Amino acid sequence: MTEPVLELSGLSKSFGALKVTDAVDLDLRPGEIHALIGPNGAGKSSLIKLVAGELAADAGSIRFDGREISDLDQIERARLGLTRTFQVSSLIPEFSARGNVMFAAQARRKSIFGFFRQVSRDRELIDEAMEALDRVGLSGRAAVRVSELSHGEKRLLEIAMALAMRPRIFLMDEPMAGLGQEGSAKLIGFLDKLRTQAPILLIEHDMDAVFQLADRISVLVSGKIIARGTADEIRNHPEVRTAYLGEDAA
Amino acid sequence: MTVALFLEQILNGLQLGVMLFLMAAGLTLIFGVMGLINLAHGSLFMVGGFVCAAVAAWTGSFWIGLVASLAAAAALGALVEIIVIRRLYDRDHLDQVLATFALVLMFSEGVRFVFGSFPLYLDPPAFLSGPVTLPGGMLYPAYRLAIIIAGLAVAAGLGLLISRTRLGMQIRAGEADREMIAALGVDIRFLYTVVFALGAALAGFAGALIGAIQSVQIGMGEPVLILAFVVIVIGGIGSIRGALVAALIVGLVDTLGRFLLPTLLANVMEASAARGVGSAIASMLIYLLMAVVLVFKPKGLFPANA
Amino acid sequence: MPEFVTEHRLNILLALILLGGPLVAHFADEPFLVTLATRATILALAGVGLNIALGLGGLVSFGHAAFFGVGGYAVGILASHHQTYEPLMTSPFVINGTNQMLVLWLVAVLVSGLAALVIGALSLRTSGVYFIMITLAFAQMIYYFAISWPAYGGEDGLSIYVRNAFPGLNTLRPLDFFLLCYAVLIVVLLAQWKMTGARFGMALQAVRQNEGRVAALGLSPYRIKLAAFVISGMVTGLAGALYADLNRFVSPTMMSWHLSGEIMVFIILGGVARLFGPVVGACLFVLFEHAFGSVTEHWQFFLGAALLAVVLFARGGFIGLVAGRVRHD
Ligand SMILES: Nc1ncnc2c1ncn2[C@@H]1O[C@H](COP(=O)(O)OP(=O)(O)OP(=O)(O)O)[C@@H](O)[C@H]1O
Ligand SMILES: [Mg+2]
Repeated sequence: MTEPVLELSGLSKSFGALKVTDAVDLDLRPGEIHALIGPNGAGKSSLIKLVAGELAADAGSIRFDGREISDLDQIERARLGLTRTFQVSSLIPEFSARGNVMFAAQARRKSIFGFFRQVSRDRELIDEAMEALDRVGLSGRAAVRVSELSHGEKRLLEIAMALAMRPRIFLMDEPMAGLGQEGSAKLIGFLDKLRTQAPILLIEHDMDAVFQLADRISVLVSGKIIARGTADEIRNHPEVRTAYLGEDAA
Repeated sequence: MTVALFLEQILNGLQLGVMLFLMAAGLTLIFGVMGLINLAHGSLFMVGGFVCAAVAAWTGSFWIGLVASLAAAAALGALVEIIVIRRLYDRDHLDQVLATFALVLMFSEGVRFVFGSFPLYLDPPAFLSGPVTLPGGMLYPAYRLAIIIAGLAVAAGLGLLISRTRLGMQIRAGEADREMIAALGVDIRFLYTVVFALGAALAGFAGALIGAIQSVQIGMGEPVLILAFVVIVIGGIGSIRGALVAALIVGLVDTLGRFLLPTLLANVMEASAARGVGSAIASMLIYLLMAVVLVFKPKGLFPANA
Repeated sequence: MPEFVTEHRLNILLALILLGGPLVAHFADEPFLVTLATRATILALAGVGLNIALGLGGLVSFGHAAFFGVGGYAVGILASHHQTYEPLMTSPFVINGTNQMLVLWLVAVLVSGLAALVIGALSLRTSGVYFIMITLAFAQMIYYFAISWPAYGGEDGLSIYVRNAFPGLNTLRPLDFFLLCYAVLIVVLLAQWKMTGARFGMALQAVRQNEGRVAALGLSPYRIKLAAFVISGMVTGLAGALYADLNRFVSPTMMSWHLSGEIMVFIILGGVARLFGPVVGACLFVLFEHAFGSVTEHWQFFLGAALLAVVLFARGGFIGLVAGRVRHD
C-alpha cells in the first residue's frame, strides 16, 4: 500500500475550555479525496488551520512525506506544498482575478525581490494564471477586479489560486459553499479529476458532493473523529446517523 | 554618592512615573474603549498647565488654578470629542493620527495666540513649597512628594472607578465588545464623550501639577506624550494596571539612568567623556527597554485580552 | 470627471510644472523662489520615501524624520571632517571626510537603510497603533541621542560651510542645485513606478490588503514589509542628505516628531498611495507655509485646520480630487 502523504496523530487543540481538536488521527494518501464532515462548529476548519500551520497544536504530530512538520510555521508549510483554500474567500481585493492567480504563481516561485520587470509583461506568470483560470472556467473574467466578482466567482478564484500553487496536497474548506447547483456539479467533476494531480482533504457540507467524490470519509463531532469509512459505510453508520446525518435527514 | 542622593533620585523617578501614568492612563483608556489613537493628548496636558498657571496668577491661588485646569481640560476634551474625535472612530489609524496631529498644530498655535510665546511660571502652594524631612533625616521637596501621593491616589481612584462603579462597568463592557454595549442600552455616544473627557482631565491634571516644577510652555506636552506611548507599549495597550507598572518602571529607569550612567562610566573612561557618553546613552535607555520588551513580549507586559 | 484626466497624464503635467516654475523664477531673477522649489522637491522626496511604506505597504510609520535626520547627519558629519581634514576614524582603517555628493549620498542611503533595518525589524513585530507608537518612539530616541551627543554640535547642530560638490555642476548656484534635486526625485519616482508594477510591488500591495493570504501562499509578510521599510527609509534618508546641503546645516530638529508628522501630511494632502501624491503634497505644503507664513505667525493653526478638513472631508487628497478614485493599473 502507498505511504500516506499527510499523517496526523493525536492532534489536539483547545481554546480555553473548548476542545476543538481532540486526539485526531487522520491520513491522506496519494490520489485520494478524503472528506471531513461534521456539524457546524465541530472543528473542521480548525483542523485545517492546524495542518496548514495557521494555528499551533497543543499536542500530537503532523507528518508530511514522512517528515515531522509540527515545528514549521505556516509559511514554511505552504512552501513544502500544503495549500489551503478558505471557507470564507480570502483574496487580494484590489487585484484583478488574474492578478490574484499571478500572485499565487509568483508565490510558488518564492519570488519577492523583483524590482524592475513588470508583472504585466511577465509571460510565465500570465500564462500560468490564465491556464488556472481557464481550468475553473473563469478566463472570461480575468481582468475583473476581485471586489467586482460574484460570490461564486470568488469561490472559483480560490481554487484557481490553489491550482497555481501546484501543491503536493490540497486542503479545501467548503469549496462548494455558495456555488449553487450547477456550479457545484461542475466543481465536482473538476475535483474528481484533480485528485490525480494531488490528494485532497475536503471539508464539505454538500453531502451529494461528498458521497460522489470521497474515497474515504471521516466524521468529526465536537473535535473527535467518531467514524471513518467509505461513502456506503458512513451512510449506514448508526452513530453517524444519530449524531449528524439524522438531524439532516429529518 | 550617598544613599540619600540615591533615594532622592528614586523619589524623582517615582514622581516622573506617576506623571507618565496620568498621561498613559487616559491614552490607554481612550484606545481601549474607542479604539482611537490620540496625539492631541499632549495638547490637553499643555492646556492644563497653561490654565492652571494663568488662573493661579490671576486669583493668587494654586488650588483654584488646579480646579480650573481640570475643568478646562475636561470641557475642552468633551468639546473636541463632540466636534472632531467622534468622526474618527470608524476611520483607520492613519486618519486618526493625521487628524489628531492637525489638532496638535491647532492647539499649539491657539495657546500661543491666547497666552503668547513666553513661558508662564507657577508656584506651588505655600505649605508645599519647602522641603519635608523624610524618615532617616533626608530632605525632599514637599511638592514633589505631594505629586507622588496625588498620582497614586488618582491611580487608586481610577482603579475603583473602573472596578466598582456603573461607569466603570460600561467602560469594561466597551473594551470587551463594542456592539454588545450598545445592545445593553447604554448611550454609547455619551459614554465615549465621558471617557474622552476623563482622559483629558487626567492629562490636564498632570500638566497643571508639573507646571509648578517646570516652566509652562508651548509644546510641553509632546515629549510627555511620546514617553506615555513608550509606557503603553511596555505595559500593554488598553491595560490600566500595565500603564501604572510600566510608568513607574519608565520613570525610575529614566531618572536613575541619567543619574547613575555618567558616574558608572567614569570608572572606565575619562570624566568629561563619561558625562557625554553617559547622558547620551541615558537618554536612550527607556527606548532600549521598550525594544527589549518588544523582542520578548510584543504585546507588552500586561497584554489586554482584547 | 473628464476622461482625459488620467492619473498618468496628470503626473507628467505635475512633473513639468515643478520643473518649469523654478526655470521661470531663475530667468526672472528670483533665486529665492528657486530655493523654495528646491525645498519642496526635497521634502517631496522624503514623502516619496514614506509613501513606499505607508501608501503601498500600509505601514503607518510616524518615525520617518529619524531617517531624514540620519541621512542629513551622514552628510553633515562627513562634510565637517572634510572641512577640518580630520579623519572620521583611524583604526582599524582610515575613513576620511568628503565633499563629493555622490559618495555622501551613498553613505546617507546606507546608514539610513541600516537604521530602518534595525527599527523596522523591531517595530514590524507589531502592527496597528503599536507600530505607530513604536516608530514614533524610536525616532524620538535618535532625536534625543543627537541632542545629547556632544561630538557633532548636540542641540545646536552642525554647519556645512560650503555646499558639497557634484561633478560638472556648480552646486552653489540655486538653479544647478535645484536641477540636481529634481533629477534625483524623478529618478526615484521612475524607480518607484517600476517597482510598484514589479513582483516586489505586487507582494507589498498584497500584504497591505490581505496579510493572512500572503502568508498562506508561503511568502513572509514580515520580510516583505521589512524590505519595504528599509527601501522607504533609504529614500527618506537620501532626501535628508539633500536637505543638509540645501540648508548647509543639520540639527536634531530634522528628526523631531513634527517633521515625521509633516512628511505624513504631504502624503495625505497629495493622495495616499498615489505616485505623485507626496510631490503635490510637499508643494502645497511649501506654498501654504510661504503664503500664510508671511501673513500670520500663526500659520500652523491654519495648516492644522486645512489638514483636519482634508482628513475629514477629502480623503483622496489632491490627486484623488482631480484624477478620481481609479488607480493606475
Ligand atoms: N480562535 C478561536 N478562539 C476561540 N474559539 C474558536 C476560535 N476559532 C474557532 N473557535 C471555536 O471552535 C469551534 C470550532 O470552529 P471551526 O471553525 O473549526 O468549526 P467548523 O467545523 O469549521 O464549523 P463550520 O461548519 O461552521 O465551518 C467553534 O465553536 C468556534 O466558535
Ligand atoms: Mg468551518
